[in-house]
Amino acid sequence: MTRRAVADIEASRLPAEQLRTNFSDVAPPLDSHQALIAAQRCFYCYDAPCTIACPTGIDIASFIRSLATEDRRSAAQTILDANILGGSCARVCPTEVLCEGACVRNGADRPGAEQQPVQIGALQRYATDWVYAEQAPLFTRGADSGKRVAVLGAGPAGLACAHHLARHGHRVEIYDPKSKPGGLNEYGIAAYKVPDFAQAEVQWLLSIGGIELIHRPGLSKTVNLEAMAADYDAVFVAVGLAGVAALNIPGEYLPGVRNAVDFIADLRQSEDLSTLVVGRRVVVIGGGNTAIDAAIQSKRLGAETVTLVYRRGFESMSATGHEQEFAKAEGVSLLPWAQPRQFIGEEDCLSQVEFERTEVDADGQLVGTGAGFRLHADWALKAIGQKLDAVPLAELALHRGKIRVDADYATSMPGVWAGGDCAFSEGDPDKQDLTVQAVEDGKRAAVAIDRALRGEQE
Amino acid sequence: MADLSCDFVGIRAPNPFWLASAPPTDKAYNVNRAFEAGWGGVVWKTLGEDPPVVNVSSRYGAVGLRGQRIAGLNNIELITDRPLAVNLAEIRQVKRDWPDRAMIVSLMVPCTEDSWKNILAQVEDTGADAVELNFGCPHGMSERGMGSAVGQVPEYVEMVAAWVKQYSQLPCIVKLTPNITDIRTSARAAFRGGADAVSLINTINSITSVDLDLMAPTPTVDGKGTHGGYCGPAVKPIALHMVADIARDPETRGKPISAIGGIGSWRDAAEFMALGAGSVQVCTAAMHYGFRIVKEMQSGLSAWMDAKGYARLSDFVGKAVPNVTDWQFLNLNYQIKARIDQDKCIQCGLCHVACEDTAHQAITATKDGQRHFEVVDEECVGCNLCMHVCPVERCITMERVDDGSFGDWTTHPNNPMRKVAEES
Repeated sequence: MTRRAVADIEASRLPAEQLRTNFSDVAPPLDSHQALIAAQRCFYCYDAPCTIACPTGIDIASFIRSLATEDRRSAAQTILDANILGGSCARVCPTEVLCEGACVRNGADRPGAEQQPVQIGALQRYATDWVYAEQAPLFTRGADSGKRVAVLGAGPAGLACAHHLARHGHRVEIYDPKSKPGGLNEYGIAAYKVPDFAQAEVQWLLSIGGIELIHRPGLSKTVNLEAMAADYDAVFVAVGLAGVAALNIPGEYLPGVRNAVDFIADLRQSEDLSTLVVGRRVVVIGGGNTAIDAAIQSKRLGAETVTLVYRRGFESMSATGHEQEFAKAEGVSLLPWAQPRQFIGEEDCLSQVEFERTEVDADGQLVGTGAGFRLHADWALKAIGQKLDAVPLAELALHRGKIRVDADYATSMPGVWAGGDCAFSEGDPDKQDLTVQAVEDGKRAAVAIDRALRGEQE
Repeated sequence: MADLSCDFVGIRAPNPFWLASAPPTDKAYNVNRAFEAGWGGVVWKTLGEDPPVVNVSSRYGAVGLRGQRIAGLNNIELITDRPLAVNLAEIRQVKRDWPDRAMIVSLMVPCTEDSWKNILAQVEDTGADAVELNFGCPHGMSERGMGSAVGQVPEYVEMVAAWVKQYSQLPCIVKLTPNITDIRTSARAAFRGGADAVSLINTINSITSVDLDLMAPTPTVDGKGTHGGYCGPAVKPIALHMVADIARDPETRGKPISAIGGIGSWRDAAEFMALGAGSVQVCTAAMHYGFRIVKEMQSGLSAWMDAKGYARLSDFVGKAVPNVTDWQFLNLNYQIKARIDQDKCIQCGLCHVACEDTAHQAITATKDGQRHFEVVDEECVGCNLCMHVCPVERCITMERVDDGSFGDWTTHPNNPMRKVAEES
């Protein structure tokens, strides 16, 4: 294959068979024997640390004990009762910092532990996979309450909220600007983590009935919250963070400079990976899971070199150590303590990215040192964080660029609740932008909404 | 190197590890393999009168425990299903080929004097070292008045043992069934009849499990099942108790015992021998892993004996018997308390919930608002439950805290029989 000095961007860098392998299940499911052995390693802890560590509070010891007695139905019920997107979370949760990180079998420095947690994520997948395969009806819709709730956003928070509301008999209409429901599970998570899964899960979730999906392109630009709040008995806003932060440096709009989330979405929606283009030399800017996912997927599409540049040290990256190690093992170079200064073009295309070294000064502020370096690049993927992208929502009180909600997920507007990545919770200011947290937000908001709706009835 | 050789009622063997009368000793092919692997002796699978019995297909049921296969094994196989003459010829040949190994022949014939007289002469003619009377088999044969049907009636045990001693010069071992109320009654009867030794335990009556789809017990034979004989690691504690009971019974104290029941390692064997067994018999462990396990059993026992300074088996056989006593003689003043090694604790909380729900509320779950497990001495009665549920080796230990004094139930003020005890 010939190499171009500039803008070496093309498709089919790898044979089709190789691409298929590269984007298939990164962690194949356990078979029944492996699951039994894995389940038998669980100590069935009292007041188990894994459950405490799970944002949705799944009774992990209980579902694993069910598995150990070959009762997948009860296991699935336990998981999905607490987390209706338990199938996705089994695949995308950073378990190493949540349940598995808390597993007593880790026990750093404790001679009795083995530094080897119970495979909770894999077991959760084993416990739930059959539910989607069989589209098993584990939940039933409650008797019609006569109430209607609008949910904005068909991502994890919106879906979780809708399902809980349906269980309580409320009719739900979910509005989403994308043609497929699922939110980040469908458009934003690395393909090899959730191959062909998001739609099966959503289909199963919706099978409870009473939930209608409404495709509304440009939703965030056109939504009229006050009208909606008047029309429906309640509104739940779960639009996520669809806007991409800009670097505001020279060359940002050169061909070859892309948003990582767009790249990942293209990849997820691609019917034929051999038609997807990728640069030969890729630079990824950012330190979160989106940056890692974009870097690894570039490599797996056939990029020759992929360098992930982050403005702080490894320990500050929001991507976990596990994710960082995975990226390194995939051949991604991780380069900390540098921030982009400009994108340099040649022949009207990106050819280099100039970085400035960074450090933390005496006041703890991140500052540039003045020293710089350049990396050749055909492609630069920006993954420096997302932001709320919905002008009409600005009529809600915001905090740190997100919708401010109280402990019951109520916004400043009566009849409107919010949750998921778009919401800042006064009750839980450190709440993280994770799928599992979004599910918990949706679940809790649904409880609050249900309480409010029933209160009206009395 | 410790001397593992064994002389059990005149039966000599290079080591005390024998294969019990069971499927592994059904024919020359298996027994030759066993001797090649190093087994000290075998008890040939039980011979009966011709025509031979017929066995069913589907013979074993097993109980697993948290990943461990065959924690207990149940079988519904009967005695040998091969003609008597075939077995006798093979026994003769194998004994000739392996003269240093113990060859004991298990027997089960109807409870008539002639039947026993007749078969004994044929067995003696093979050159076998001894006979073992199968009064234990709890399934199938017992329906025909043999096996445990004999073992459960002390008078029959005594009568048949006496016939055997009358019509044969061979040492006679009576194999006892555990399916009785008090094992000592059977053992006493065997020795009264003249038996040289007893072996125990035979298998325990059991149903392994119920197939919830077939709605039938397992192992299932064409939709139906029957009770079978339970053996394997799960039965060892029952066997240890019965061996100890015979070993310390005034009427049978010191009599030779060949121990059977869940033995699969040198440690199991040493425990039975400490309780008075002069040899041990193995079946389930060999069926689980093959005959090769005897290698580690020999080396393990030898290494342990060397470490303890025991030169020969007789140096430790029966050594634990004096320490098996009645409850009333246990020291009530002895007090221990649980101690949790905080460096080893992995915070699983199992000790807390076990003590909190089912024992004495003597382990806290938090300290200063943090997850922390600690013993409340005032509440701890020293029951050991927490130590047993703790998944970490030696994390919870028991510490002795009493003053070293002695006082048992026989002299305790709460004992209404105290005066009687003092006067007697």
